[in-house]
Amino acid sequence: MEAFGLLLHGFAVLLTWKILALMMVGLVLGIFVGVLPGLGGPNGVAILLPLTFTMDPTSAIVMLSCIYWGALFGGAITSILFNIPGEAWSVATTFDGYPMAQQGRAAEALTAAFTSSFIGSLVAVLLITFLAPVISSFALKFGPPEFFAVYLLTFCSFVGLGREDKHKTVISMALGLLLAGVGMDTVSGQLRMTFGSADLLRGINFLVAVIGLFGISEILLTMEERLALRGHAASISLRVVLSVWKDLPKYWATLLRSSVIGCWLGITPGGAIAASFMGYNLAKRFSKDPDSFGKGRIEGVFAPETAAHASGTAALLPMLALGIPGSGTAAILLGGLMVWGLNPGPLLFVEHKDFVWGLIASMYLGNVVGLVLVLSTVPIFAAILRVPFAAVAPMIVVSCAIGAYAIQNAMFDIWLMLVFGVVGYVFKKIGIPLAPFTLALVLGSRAEDAFRLSMIGSGGDLRVFWSNALVGSITTLAFVLLFWTVISRVFEVIGRLVRPNEAARTQS
Amino acid sequence: MSESELEIVVDDPTAPEENSPAVTSNRTVEVVVSLLLLALALTLGYDNWRTGMGWDPSGPEAGYFPFYLAVILAAASLYGLIAALVSRAAASETFVTRAQLRRVMAVFVPTLLFCLVTQFLGLYVASFLLIAGFMWFVGRIALWKSLLTAFVFTALMFVTFDIAFDVIMPKGPLEAAFGY
Repeated sequence: MEAFGLLLHGFAVLLTWKILALMMVGLVLGIFVGVLPGLGGPNGVAILLPLTFTMDPTSAIVMLSCIYWGALFGGAITSILFNIPGEAWSVATTFDGYPMAQQGRAAEALTAAFTSSFIGSLVAVLLITFLAPVISSFALKFGPPEFFAVYLLTFCSFVGLGREDKHKTVISMALGLLLAGVGMDTVSGQLRMTFGSADLLRGINFLVAVIGLFGISEILLTMEERLALRGHAASISLRVVLSVWKDLPKYWATLLRSSVIGCWLGITPGGAIAASFMGYNLAKRFSKDPDSFGKGRIEGVFAPETAAHASGTAALLPMLALGIPGSGTAAILLGGLMVWGLNPGPLLFVEHKDFVWGLIASMYLGNVVGLVLVLSTVPIFAAILRVPFAAVAPMIVVSCAIGAYAIQNAMFDIWLMLVFGVVGYVFKKIGIPLAPFTLALVLGSRAEDAFRLSMIGSGGDLRVFWSNALVGSITTLAFVLLFWTVISRVFEVIGRLVRPNEAARTQS
Repeated sequence: MSESELEIVVDDPTAPEENSPAVTSNRTVEVVVSLLLLALALTLGYDNWRTGMGWDPSGPEAGYFPFYLAVILAAASLYGLIAALVSRAAASETFVTRAQLRRVMAVFVPTLLFCLVTQFLGLYVASFLLIAGFMWFVGRIALWKSLLTAFVFTALMFVTFDIAFDVIMPKGPLEAAFGY
């Protein structure tokens, strides 16, 4: 119940006009970013981050997380009305959402999408409220070996559980960790990998890389496609909203299942995209008539949206409790925390109570305000798509450049952003995932410090990572996940070897 | 569904044609990227080896951690190189068609010029030129609309960042003439 008291305190921190206004601004910008093609949650947060540099950390994080909620809401609008997923995680929403719009039930589909988004996030926020303090107080006992083991676990699970080619994930991650090491070594003060360049002395800034990788490259990718679109306009009346809400209890099983899937995949690096598809597929499998899916069934909207939002929100749990982001956007928020001089990790709950509980309270408030906002303003946002991309694209480029420059006031960073834009474009096209790179770049120096501190502590003995039950089991789990495909294949082979015998026995 | 229900229609007059010939295959690009990554890994690995990748009395030297990462990166890109050469699927996949490349270049080249102009004339002048030029040339939007949009957006950015939020952007002779 301590969490409850602290949460109330968090609400007290938030309920000022200034913060509420920032919240609205954040949500509107977020929905905007979610609706526009060529912009998404991570880019939006990265580009708008410089705006917050002069704010105090609490206002800044409230505004940024609201941009994130807004982007999550916004992705659903284009999926349903235009059959164009604004975000990768709303692809599954188009399966039933667009057919509903074609049948003239757009308002119903949108209400369902927003409501289930709200429910998904709410479940995840409840989880964060009660679980994050527990995990962080547990993690306070961690020493450098334990922290390194947790970082290792994060990296290994990306390699082992990701859908991409393994070597491509490894390339992306190793590159990120290497680039994180450029500049002055924090322990010895020596220069590394700078090749005598004064600009590289500062190191490669994480946010500059993100703006290039996600912002500029996304514009290049978007231009490749045909940008013509035709869609439905919709406005939502209170009557429709109420009738959808009245039916909600009927779908409790779908909503609950998707929330659980989403929370789980959000905490582990499965992500919102995987969660939305899994939520959809499971709803279909458990349904009495699976054939009606894809033809405009409301459950087909509930399931993926709930899962995507639960996952997007739950990704903030490991970030707050351990300092390890569960998604690309969470990684960028983490980068933001560091800019404001906060040290992400378990100590955050002790040293910056106001900040953490303010953030958690803003998740509740942001989602309620967001729900009301999207329900009432859908037609305006749908109309944004009328603005030609030729006008939007250069504005995004300019915003990216402003963002990249503002971080360190360096012209070099604008060039770096351009380079990362090209790299991101090529990587995306040949299937090298960018999320591991982002994560490695933001965690790189912390992972290295943890590794070196544990090595110094043990005198160079690698057995320190198995020196007690806790660190040993985390490290072992990391290796199990790293070789997960190999292990599961071995089990499959053994299973095949055993089963024919059994089958033969039962037949005889 | 009847056509009259469609209420928002946006056209794309310069959309890339569907049947445009391929410029390169995914295989070629994967091979080139693997080679570049390999070269990068070797360069960084060498630099870290020079910095010191061993142990001194106080613990691991500065190059220790990144040296082994460079080894991992080199190994993974070597694997990627071989995988790309062997794979049949990658050879048949199109990386980019000629029409698509033309469109991508239509954004990339202006962006490159924008960065150059920013270096010499400041960000605001560059952003005005980029937006107006891009809307007019690439988007084929009326000149007065392009100029007006570019001016309003640039002015808005100036007021938001340089004045309201105190985030100072690079400036050139034009801003200097106005006393900023």
